[in-house]
Amino acid sequence: MTMPFGYVSPEQAMKDRADFARKNVAKGRPLVALVYEGGVLLCAENPSRTLHKVSEIYDRIAFAGVGRYAEFDGLRTAGVRMAEIRGYQYAREDVDARSLANAYGQHLNQIFTHEMKPLEVEILVAEVGYEPGGDQLFHILYDGAVVDESRFSVLGGDADAISERLQATFLEGMTRDAAMKAAVGALAGPERRLAATELEVAVLDRGNGRRAFRRIDQAEVAEFVGG
Amino acid sequence: MTLPLFGPGQDPGPSFFELLRRTGLRPPIEAGTDVTQVSHGTTIVAIRYTEGVVMAGDRRATEGYSIAHRAIEKVYPADRHSGVSIAGAAGFAVEMVRLFQTELEMYEKLEGAALSLEGKANKLGQMVRANLGMAMEGLAVVPIYAGYDLRRRMGRIFKYDITGGRYEEDQFHATGSGGRDARTTIKLGYRDGMGRADAIELAIEALYQAADEDAATGGPDVVRGIYPTVATIAAEGFVRVGDEEVAERFRTLIGRKSAEGQTR
Repeated sequence: MTMPFGYVSPEQAMKDRADFARKNVAKGRPLVALVYEGGVLLCAENPSRTLHKVSEIYDRIAFAGVGRYAEFDGLRTAGVRMAEIRGYQYAREDVDARSLANAYGQHLNQIFTHEMKPLEVEILVAEVGYEPGGDQLFHILYDGAVVDESRFSVLGGDADAISERLQATFLEGMTRDAAMKAAVGALAGPERRLAATELEVAVLDRGNGRRAFRRIDQAEVAEFVGG
Repeated sequence: MTLPLFGPGQDPGPSFFELLRRTGLRPPIEAGTDVTQVSHGTTIVAIRYTEGVVMAGDRRATEGYSIAHRAIEKVYPADRHSGVSIAGAAGFAVEMVRLFQTELEMYEKLEGAALSLEGKANKLGQMVRANLGMAMEGLAVVPIYAGYDLRRRMGRIFKYDITGGRYEEDQFHATGSGGRDARTTIKLGYRDGMGRADAIELAIEALYQAADEDAATGGPDVVRGIYPTVATIAAEGFVRVGDEEVAERFRTLIGRKSAEGQTR
């Protein structure tokens, strides 16, 4: 069989796109999310105080993204809109992370298979349950794959090494302070020390009323990591 | 449900109202309804005091001459530092409150900062104006918007007319079918530099007097234990005054009136 000039097999095309996206996502600074006794802690390496990587989607749902800012921020906006429409049409308790994660998965998959360039992002949708044990983490990859994680999630560059470190320090039912210590330690690794100005930290706190999302301000983080 | 995505030029921005319009989710409302068959909410008041604002509303909804609901809520938190109370066609009003709450919260999330109190008041005006067609059919919604202005560090009250006209009041306001009676009562009792307790007491007296004169305004219902909704909004945010405190204040008021043998 003769191949037309410039032919690229589907396998090769998909592999090229995946390599492109993976490589660019891995360049980004990493982010971790972990479940603790009072909810979910999200901790990102982010030197900017205004361009957030971690943000609120709805009452019990948070969003985190790594990679190209413009792309994941567009996804965040769409997520807030979807959640608000759903909550307005039905009821606030009918808004859940699972359906949002699936919608993200569909969209990312669509772009990955049909567009020239896949999105260079990796995102996380976290939901805090009404009871401990009900927390959910959905990790969504650049190709639309949705991974459901129950203890912690690592996104962005150096994810394997960070996961390994977190695996060693993670405990079920940790306090918030212990979770923060584990998160910062895993992000920094043995050779580095992260300052508060390089971190963005937020929690989905079960005890925070209707809107569980709360940012931990830099002074509070500084108290913890020491500067 | 799929993600609501928009191309540049079609993006509705941080407005939820606009988002519903763009997605075609805001259904048109049929004109030509029999107005007496629609629930109406009645008297609401707002009074400024030194640290903030007190808002209150009776609990009655009427359909023509009959009572549709004895325990409807007319005072709602709009966000952490402001509240909205409603008089007029109850269905539209409650819907307007939900839309307004969503509007403020979505703006805050998408933009990363809350609107100014002035901005929120203007937004509500536009929403009242969007209902003008229905208002002309007799289904008006007239809210009072009040909040604690975090920049000016003071309580502020905004009243509206059916065209969405927005006017700031620097002392107090009351509206709805018993609004006139409530306003007169407040006017006689209002003093500059009132504290929280005095402002709550005055709001309660105003609602009592409105219920005394206006058939559509509900008074304290001692038998069922239903009392007007009262909330304060100050630096610490929107706080609903507990039913116990409200009931106690009504008992004091009724006791005083009976003792004095007042007929006015």
